[in-house]
Amino acid sequence: MSLLLGALTIGIILALLAIGVFISFRIYDFPDMTAEGSITLGAAVASVLLVSGVNPVIATLAALLAGSVAGATTGIIHTKFNVNGLLSGILTMTALYSVNLHIMGRSNIPLMNSFTFTDWADDLNSSLFGGVKTFMLIGHEVPVHDFSILLITFSIVVTVSLLLFIFFNTNIGTAMRATGDNSQMVRALGINDGTMKIFGLAISNGLVAVSGALLCQYQGFADVQMGIGMLVWGLASVIIGESLIGTKRLGHLLTGAIFGAVLFRLLVAVALRLGLDPNDLKLITACFVFAALILPTLIKKLKSRSIATQ
Amino acid sequence: MLEIKDIYKTFNPGTINQVKSLQGITLSIEEGEFVTVIGTNGSGKSTLLNAIAGGFTVDQGSIWIDGNDVTHWQEYKRAKFIGRVFQNPFSGTAPNLSIAENLSLAAYRGLPRGFGRVLNKDLRNQIIDTIKTLGMGLEDRLDNIIGSLSGGQRQALTLLMATWLKPKLLLLDEHTAALDPKSADQVIRITERIVSENRLTTFMVTHSMQQAVDLGNRLVMLHRGRVVHDFSGSEKNRLRPEDLMARFEEVRRADRLDQSVADLLKRRYV
Ligand SMILES: Nc1ncnc2c1ncn2[C@@H]1O[C@H](COP(=O)(O)OP(=O)(O)OP(=O)(O)O)[C@@H](O)[C@H]1O
Ligand SMILES: [Mg+2]
Repeated sequence: MSLLLGALTIGIILALLAIGVFISFRIYDFPDMTAEGSITLGAAVASVLLVSGVNPVIATLAALLAGSVAGATTGIIHTKFNVNGLLSGILTMTALYSVNLHIMGRSNIPLMNSFTFTDWADDLNSSLFGGVKTFMLIGHEVPVHDFSILLITFSIVVTVSLLLFIFFNTNIGTAMRATGDNSQMVRALGINDGTMKIFGLAISNGLVAVSGALLCQYQGFADVQMGIGMLVWGLASVIIGESLIGTKRLGHLLTGAIFGAVLFRLLVAVALRLGLDPNDLKLITACFVFAALILPTLIKKLKSRSIATQ
Repeated sequence: MLEIKDIYKTFNPGTINQVKSLQGITLSIEEGEFVTVIGTNGSGKSTLLNAIAGGFTVDQGSIWIDGNDVTHWQEYKRAKFIGRVFQNPFSGTAPNLSIAENLSLAAYRGLPRGFGRVLNKDLRNQIIDTIKTLGMGLEDRLDNIIGSLSGGQRQALTLLMATWLKPKLLLLDEHTAALDPKSADQVIRITERIVSENRLTTFMVTHSMQQAVDLGNRLVMLHRGRVVHDFSGSEKNRLRPEDLMARFEEVRRADRLDQSVADLLKRRYV
């Protein structure tokens, strides 16, 4: 049970990564490699602050800010200097590796002895459950501590997605969605599409950094390597979410990204449990995303071919 | 209203792909004028519209709208003066946004956009009333995404969007060329109505001689990046499509003559 709770919690934390990737990849159609650097950046900033005794909320907000700056940097490189989008992200990501090392001062920071958001779980525990260690849920013993952490992360993610949903229905938010859809039209309506892109990438990477900040607090350490492969991980979550939802409505897509992230994490947990070599995980994730990307066009082709031969 | 002073534009200068698209165009358009623009393929009609809208900056010359020198303004900044409909029906609307969302974006053309809700009740009712005037039944489909509509419907909506806030200048680039004859006709009638109701200063590129003579009160013919004819007043009113065809023929003959003279000179001296 504890294992399942753990997988769920990490899935929910990585939902923020998935939402970030959803914004860059789906709303802006921009394959943003910055995410790999900004998830570590979030963890680096938060962990250094936490070690020096800063409040977890402030540490997480600092991560949000740092991630936004990283995203905006990619946006500026891309729009103001006309550098190819993919390359702009790679440049920032590469630079961030050194930046992260500088921030952390070493390659790994343990947070075992620092006060993090998971410690609030114990407060929640005593107020909600009266301090018991476990409770029964449909015939299973559930550790209250882990369950409280799950509740906290879940409420964070739900709040963030509600805020995003409201934001993307404001004037500016709608202009941002339109930018990814048709930048020519957006310019013709008096919107600076470059600014919209910079702003959007800032939001996207801010969320990714928060995901990193929460992840390091949950795991109990920050590692400079933790971002590797995370963009594809986020993509896999988004793609699973889309296939679950099947519509193009914003609210549904956001919900889909969250469910996709959780489901993907559960799938991975099950696969590892069944004996999948952890070293193969990234290879399999990449293959999965590859298949998911080419399947729709492949199916379309096969369909039109079968119609043609009829 | 619009002053174009001797503008030049060369694409890919100094390469084998060099194209001199605009070669010294000067035009002055008064408030309320409806100008139709014709010209052979590649004569620079779209390039001229693009230069006015700010898709690129011209190499030489200046462009003034309503007393402002906009020569070096970026496209999105000029949009506060300009409403625009493109040749491609996909260019004017955001396919994954709903009809209502697209129109509400247009309701703020050139105005600062804040964090207010994009669609309030008032705006929604206004949108319904305006869309009804199209007579396409789209008022019942406000929340459908625009990508699900036909080209003609999208073009009609783009026209509404371009004119939602009265523009100083309406630019139409062969906006019916990609439509089937029936929808093209429908969109042209809507265009006529909107332009005359709002007395819009309009610049309309068309490939149809009939449209060019029927619509507007001035006709400009481009050839090789230059204005070769400019008819207005009673002269414009008397024009028939045959007259325009004759002018095209003249231009073509002159071209051939140029070509043969050039060949002759080449044979003699090179
Ligand atoms: N962005 C660009 N880069 C390079 N060449 C361009 C560009 N835009 C236009 N041209 C060239 O400029 C010339 C004029 O093109 P333009 O599109 O203005 O013609 P047009 O009169 O609109 O023709 P059509 O009737 O085919 O639409 C063409 O030779 C075209 O290839
Ligand atoms: Mg053209």
